[in-house]
Amino acid sequence: IACLVMYLFAEFDDAANLLAANPDATTISIDEPVEIPKNQHSHLQEPGREEDDELLGTDDSDKTELLAGQKKSAPFWTFEYYQTFFDVDTYQVLDRIKGSVFPVPGKNFVRLYIRSNPDLYGPFWICATLVFTIAVSGNLSNFFIHLGKPTYHYVPEFRKVSIAATTIYAYAWLVPLALWGFLMWRNSKVMNIVSYSFLEIVCVYGYSLFIYIPTAILWIIPQKVVRWVLMVFSLCLSGSVLVMTFWPAVRDDNRRIAVATVATILLLHALLAVGCLAYFFDAPELDIPAPIIPAHNGTTVITKSH
Amino acid sequence: FPGLADVSISQDIPVEGEITVPVGSHSPDEDYSTLDEPVKDTIMRDLKAVGKKFVHVMYPKKSSALLRDWDLWGPLVLCVSLALMLQGGSADSKDDGGPQFAEVFVIIWFGAVVITLNSKLLGGTISFFQSLCVLGYCVMPLTVAMLVCRLVLLAGAGTVSFIIRLIVVGAMFGWSTLASTAFLADSQPPNRKALVVYPIFLFYFVISWMILTFTPQ
Repeated sequence: IACLVMYLFAEFDDAANLLAANPDATTISIDEPVEIPKNQHSHLQEPGREEDDELLGTDDSDKTELLAGQKKSAPFWTFEYYQTFFDVDTYQVLDRIKGSVFPVPGKNFVRLYIRSNPDLYGPFWICATLVFTIAVSGNLSNFFIHLGKPTYHYVPEFRKVSIAATTIYAYAWLVPLALWGFLMWRNSKVMNIVSYSFLEIVCVYGYSLFIYIPTAILWIIPQKVVRWVLMVFSLCLSGSVLVMTFWPAVRDDNRRIAVATVATILLLHALLAVGCLAYFFDAPELDIPAPIIPAHNGTTVITKSH
Repeated sequence: FPGLADVSISQDIPVEGEITVPVGSHSPDEDYSTLDEPVKDTIMRDLKAVGKKFVHVMYPKKSSALLRDWDLWGPLVLCVSLALMLQGGSADSKDDGGPQFAEVFVIIWFGAVVITLNSKLLGGTISFFQSLCVLGYCVMPLTVAMLVCRLVLLAGAGTVSFIIRLIVVGAMFGWSTLASTAFLADSQPPNRKALVVYPIFLFYFVISWMILTFTPQ
């Protein structure tokens, strides 16, 4: 930096001398982007912050800061504004899905994959696929469970599709809204180094729901143990993506609030999984109770259950 | 323009003349006024256009006729007939039965609109109604499958009939998806084709599921 400063002073001296000699000369000043000090700034960070660098991906966080300011300049009532949310290629979507299914410990999903290009394609179509997968798998699993029974008549249960759609879309959009509002509120009180935009939170939630699609298909297997093992496994994977995303955002806050926030995120996620399993998939080893027919002498049919 | 600075028209020369535009001769088949033709001609022209598009769906080669002269009559007829044929499903309670008429209608039209919006947002060059037209017309194989399923179910509802229905619905699902992809995929940027084709796949899959799970009373 000292050399640069000396160089600049030398230039000023020359310019001053020239101006003194020729006061009428026109001078043109050119602004150069000052790039050198920025790199030196990143090298001067203490080693204790390396963990943050890893999580934040600082090697191009500078570039992403610049890029973030230049995107989305169209007004919100034009079609081009919404096109900026679909500015992803096939391989990018596949990479993001891969990142949500195989979370690398220590890497932040948002910084690594989203990189200030949040898209709405992934969240919307993953939720749509999940809705229909749960409805179809639930219907199929019920069909196989009750297959041999004489009193069973197959029904398509189409009403459950609308219930599934409402639940999953509400979860994928309202919970990020609440979380974003909460983080904004805490940001006004405690200066956090990491803060996410609303669309980035929607993105993380949308992509973290992807693991439930193969899980829902495998839930057709009518074994209670298998289903619960699958549930715990997928909960761990998608929960870890969420935790690794949001822990840096609340870490600087009051300890209890940080832990409570992360616990609430995980609790809501678990509630969604357990609720879907309980509502759309009938319990496997329970017989349908035969209708209780009051016989003439007062005895009733006793139901058989394991 | 120094030369024109002193141009003036003398008062006693009248300015008059005729302005005519030379027009090419009107030949009878270039006359676009359809107000005088018999009603049968009007209806037959539209019916022929719809029928031509059905033939294009049956043999999906890349032709611009389907895209250029879009109309929504065919999709409407297909959607209504499919929704009508899906009625009469078994239901112990209203909640457990198959899709109601309104549900089928909404799924087909809302699904087609969402897919069209999706492809336009991803940078597609096809127009909104052209895409709706293609997606609607490509429901035709599935409507044929529904007809076949109802006929098969008249004969019986056992395992054999289920296997026949499964094969028919599966084949028509593949035909629908391939036909609509053949028309729509070219208007997309090449690195996003899969992102556009997947929702179309999901759309026809849902319709096929509704057809396959139809069980009569």
